[in-house]
Amino acid sequence: MSASAVFVLDLKGKVLICRNYKGDVDMAEIDHFLPLLMTQEEEGLTCPIMSHGNVHFLWIKHTNLYLVATTNKNSNASLVYAFLYKVVEVFTEYFTELEEESIQDNFVVVYELLDELMDFGFPQTTDSKILQEYITQEGTKLEVAKTKVPTTVTNAVSWRSEGIKYKKNEVFIDVIESINLLVNANGSVMSSDIVGTVKLKTMLSGMPELRLGLNDRALFALTGRDKGKTVTMEDVKFHQCVRLSRFESDRTISFIPPDGESELMSYRINTHVKPLIWIESVIEKFSHSRVEIMVKAKGQFKKQSVANNVEVRVPVPSDADSPKFKTSTGHAKYVPEKNLAVWTIKSFPGGKEFLMRASFGLPSVENDEMEGKPPITVNFEIPYFTVSGIQVRYMKIIEKSGYQALPWVRYITQSGGRTAMLFRYSLYSKKRPIIYS
Amino acid sequence: MTDSKYFTTNKKGEIFELKAELNNEKKEKRKEAVKKVIAAMTVGKDVSSLFPDVVNCMQTDNLELKKLVYLYLMNYAKSQPDMAIMAVNSFVKDCEDPNPLIRALAVRTMGCIRVDKITEYLCEPLRKCLKDEDPYVRKTAAVCVAKLHDINAQMVEDQGFLDSLRDLIADSNPMVVANAVAALSEISESHPNSNLLDLNPQNINKLLTALNECTEWGQIFILDCLSNYNPKDEREAQSICERVTPRLSHANSAVVLSAVKVLMKFLELLPKESDYYNTLLKKLSPPLVTLLSGEPEVQYVALRNINLIVQKRPEILKQEIKVFFVKYNDPIYVKLEKLDIMIRLASQANIAQVLAELKEYATEVDVDFVRKAVRAIGRCAIKVEQSAERCVSTLLDLIQTKVNYVVQEAIVVIRDIFRKYPNKYESIIATLCENLDSLDEPDARAAMIWIVGEYAERIDNADELLESFLEGFHDESTQVQLTLLTAIVKLFLKKPSETQEETHTYTHTNISPSFDSDNPDLRDRGYIYWRLLSTDPVTAKEVVLSEKPLISEETDLIEPTLLDELICHIGSLASVYHKPPNAFVEGSHGIHRKHLPIQHGSIDTGESPVSAGPAAPIEQAQSVIPSQGDLLGDLLNLDLGPPVNVPQQSSMQMGAVDLLGGGLDSLVTVCMFIFLYLLSLFPQIWLPAVKAKGLEISGTFSRRQGQMYMDMTFTNKALQHMTDFAIQFNKNSFGVIPTTPLPIHTPLMPSQSIEVSLPLNTIGPVMKMDPLNNLQVAVKNNIDVFYFSGLIPLNIFFVEDGKMERQVFLATWKDIPNENELQYQIKECHLNADTVSGKLQNDNIYTIAKRNVEGQDMLYQSLKLTNGIWILAELRIQPGNPNYTVKHPPNLNSPNSELRSHLLFLSEV
Repeated sequence: MSASAVFVLDLKGKVLICRNYKGDVDMAEIDHFLPLLMTQEEEGLTCPIMSHGNVHFLWIKHTNLYLVATTNKNSNASLVYAFLYKVVEVFTEYFTELEEESIQDNFVVVYELLDELMDFGFPQTTDSKILQEYITQEGTKLEVAKTKVPTTVTNAVSWRSEGIKYKKNEVFIDVIESINLLVNANGSVMSSDIVGTVKLKTMLSGMPELRLGLNDRALFALTGRDKGKTVTMEDVKFHQCVRLSRFESDRTISFIPPDGESELMSYRINTHVKPLIWIESVIEKFSHSRVEIMVKAKGQFKKQSVANNVEVRVPVPSDADSPKFKTSTGHAKYVPEKNLAVWTIKSFPGGKEFLMRASFGLPSVENDEMEGKPPITVNFEIPYFTVSGIQVRYMKIIEKSGYQALPWVRYITQSGGRTAMLFRYSLYSKKRPIIYS
Repeated sequence: MTDSKYFTTNKKGEIFELKAELNNEKKEKRKEAVKKVIAAMTVGKDVSSLFPDVVNCMQTDNLELKKLVYLYLMNYAKSQPDMAIMAVNSFVKDCEDPNPLIRALAVRTMGCIRVDKITEYLCEPLRKCLKDEDPYVRKTAAVCVAKLHDINAQMVEDQGFLDSLRDLIADSNPMVVANAVAALSEISESHPNSNLLDLNPQNINKLLTALNECTEWGQIFILDCLSNYNPKDEREAQSICERVTPRLSHANSAVVLSAVKVLMKFLELLPKESDYYNTLLKKLSPPLVTLLSGEPEVQYVALRNINLIVQKRPEILKQEIKVFFVKYNDPIYVKLEKLDIMIRLASQANIAQVLAELKEYATEVDVDFVRKAVRAIGRCAIKVEQSAERCVSTLLDLIQTKVNYVVQEAIVVIRDIFRKYPNKYESIIATLCENLDSLDEPDARAAMIWIVGEYAERIDNADELLESFLEGFHDESTQVQLTLLTAIVKLFLKKPSETQEETHTYTHTNISPSFDSDNPDLRDRGYIYWRLLSTDPVTAKEVVLSEKPLISEETDLIEPTLLDELICHIGSLASVYHKPPNAFVEGSHGIHRKHLPIQHGSIDTGESPVSAGPAAPIEQAQSVIPSQGDLLGDLLNLDLGPPVNVPQQSSMQMGAVDLLGGGLDSLVTVCMFIFLYLLSLFPQIWLPAVKAKGLEISGTFSRRQGQMYMDMTFTNKALQHMTDFAIQFNKNSFGVIPTTPLPIHTPLMPSQSIEVSLPLNTIGPVMKMDPLNNLQVAVKNNIDVFYFSGLIPLNIFFVEDGKMERQVFLATWKDIPNENELQYQIKECHLNADTVSGKLQNDNIYTIAKRNVEGQDMLYQSLKLTNGIWILAELRIQPGNPNYTVKHPPNLNSPNSELRSHLLFLSEV
């Protein structure tokens, strides 16, 4: 079905901890893992699935660790990856950081968790909040009489325990939209989309029933109401707690929330996004002497809004030296280990336009190595604003004790992390001329 | 204080010290000691010698300590099986503990101790735990059954645990249901024959209910199990799909892919023009796209699967090409997969964008990626004809960059473009030739040589160019040598020299290097050309310069039956490797291969458009292997007389599929079918010389003047003469035996052949063979006895007196109950009733009556087999769409499908 055994290795391929779930793959097979990976790395063709004989390794990398699952069956590969990432999530919640040291420092708990997370290759309970109710780090506290299986583990509501109490009942809703954008060398937008997430911080007593209302176009179409602006969500993904059949039938987002922080849903919107910060750049390269870079950034959002922590990352040749910068606002610095010039603007009001000039020296002997053409990337955050116009219209909270609870909503639009605004402007090349169409 | 302290120990006497600590009186000390033992185990030290001391610590009320001891047991019990027994009592006791956590822990651990002796003791506790009041214990016990089955399958069955597991499917707790399903699925993987899961509509309903309530992982187990179910009709398929689609909105990517698998399988059962079918297709696209915003490994699995889905149902993602555009920071494995899918989705509508992207990629630094991007441009040119010109100019631009591997890759794809669009882009040859010197890869050299040879008449200095390659002929790879040889011959044929003598010298000097090659292929090809040219240059020209078939645009599509199988494995390793599971999982050869469900009712609802379903794969298949298809068409045309042309041929094949729609894989059926028919037309080599010490036997079966014959050719390929021939048949379905001894009376000299016609009759012993028409033969000569088998075409069993009396026919026809009636449809047969009747009569299938009802011709046919079985049939002919009905009497053995199909096929021609 899935994994025969799960290993945590350090970067040298040494096993830090492992758990043999099925016993049908020799545990010594893991010794082949790192040599295989190194061969692939040398060829420049790594792959998340590798095989040696009839043993298959499915692996992910997290900080300075490899998490590897082995199998010799036709396993469900997507389940294995989902599980490995879940393991990372659980360990991170337990130990704050998942790294070599935290594994060693907590090996007893790690073993206990591995025992509880998966049985005979079948993932079991992987909700860290529930696990924390019966597997604690304070091992000595655990006396038999106190330790019972939380009924939550096997309940249909397997993500929230009963008997939670708060003095003040509140729920905080963050709507975060990230922009993916790709702009071609000629300034045309090749592709763009919005990935939104709704995150909750739930501080509610008991077993509350929540209903979230968004200005979802499909919902409005169903109910026949038409009030103002609506948003078409291309695809929606929900936390385990949301009743999917209900959403499928009448687009109602109803759920019993997990306690504390959680990601309730994510959505994808395909509409054409106007680049919120537009970049233009002129790069002139004088071989053997210097390269001159001029970058113009323009805020294409409402004047009332302000973008924070704007970072324009401009790639420069790897053999550049003696950087000189001039900016109309913010400040720029050279990050040689990443071959980047980074221009930071703490606060960028909408409608404004700023300039940065940079010049670098180039050695007289040219570097023969071929260099890629990394794009210019822009990271930023704009609070109190969603680019799609999505809105939380209501959050209904019903609990049988009948308390009043307050929902708080916050909006933010950003770019960075896995999403990015990319401008393919940086066209300097060594051997190859630019191809103009 | 962290646990890391346990890892720091003084080396010497460590084990000894630990032993002492494990036996310490204080509880706390013992616990500390066990932790140290586990720490030592974790870093790979062998602490198995402490086994008895650790087991002594098992009796504790400290849960943490208990878990550690259990962990130790799991690791070392196998190496200390005798001592492991010591632990049994504690296990049994723990299974009775009031704390469900401990009961579950005990049953979970016991299953992991793979020691036979222990498993015996496990049965009773397990039985109790399966009925435990706490669901946490039950769900753990369910998995334990699978563990036990892995150790001792027989015992699990004898003890009735499989039934207990099946009962758990109806458990009130969703997690118990999910684990029971997972355990049963796992067990049934090693037991393909037993229908363990017992998937009936009731159970399916239970599973679908549990689907809404169990954890994300449980949902995956259930969905994977559902995908193995074959709904009985389209209504059931639709209702399952409706309850599965909400899972597409789950945040867990594995839940989404498993749901996609179920839906992709059940789509097969839905009528294509129904609204629901199209709604479902639309619903599949967004979740597949969203998978691409996941972690890179998840993206990779998704992309490999999308690659399959795009081939199976291109309509799902045809609008989404942009999401497959490569990002600068994508890992290389994601980049390469995206490129593949981009090409598959490229169409006239999006080709401009695709080309712009590919051009961008072709100037990146990653060599493998750049190469693939260049290849992709070439494939776009071949796929989208309208874009060919732009592709070619893009490739020329890339060649101008002079980046070595880009140039070489470009030349290889330009060759393919030339093959697809001959005589269109030769103007660029000059540019290509400029780069001749920089080509150092065999592929690129061979491509360039091919181009020069193919267009020799338009390249002024073609001879010089080829000569420059000839200089280092012996150092070239075989691929280049072979291409070069052909190119030289082409050049000669296109630009013949003036005099005979010159010709001779030219070819000889240029072809001769191949004569002393070690490579037999190369040498043989050299000699073939040489002889061809020196004996008959005109024929040589016809052979070498003949028009070649154009290359197909989709040469790299996955073969349709494999594709269907892989669709059944969406999300699994098989779908990532694009290989069937038995290609990489040991010991899975006996396991039945999964296949897509086949639409029911395609047999008797022939007239409804539904039957287009199973025929579709055939159309695809033909586009994949056009040359073979054409070849078969041609072969059949050869002997089948005038009215059959190639397109008709393919429609006949579709008819054939409809016949067998009940379960046989369509493509294979068609091939087998044609093969069977060819059998009766062409002599087969029954016994190859290598298998029979030089004796080769080929032959056919025929029926002439009411007599069956086996027409054979015996050839002696050995060096000695052969005498004393004799022949004998094994028992067979029709009791066929030779009427006379083998009529070979003179010795057969080396390299001599003799043709014999052996009369047959059907009075021999009968034994049912598989296939029905299989015949096993033994032939003896002075050297040895040899065995072979052949298939007898069924039409030789149709006897001449198969014309039934009209009255008898009518009476028999009425007596046939409806349920024995089988109906098939043959599509687009353009023969009229009389022609059909005449053709059938040639094969002893007689027309008893002919009626005309509402403009349709009805033919009533009869035939009789040598064993006295009568077969009756009704043939209804509408213009362009005849319905053919076969009925047969209930009191006789029903002819198997092969016989029927054969009958039909004959009637067709």
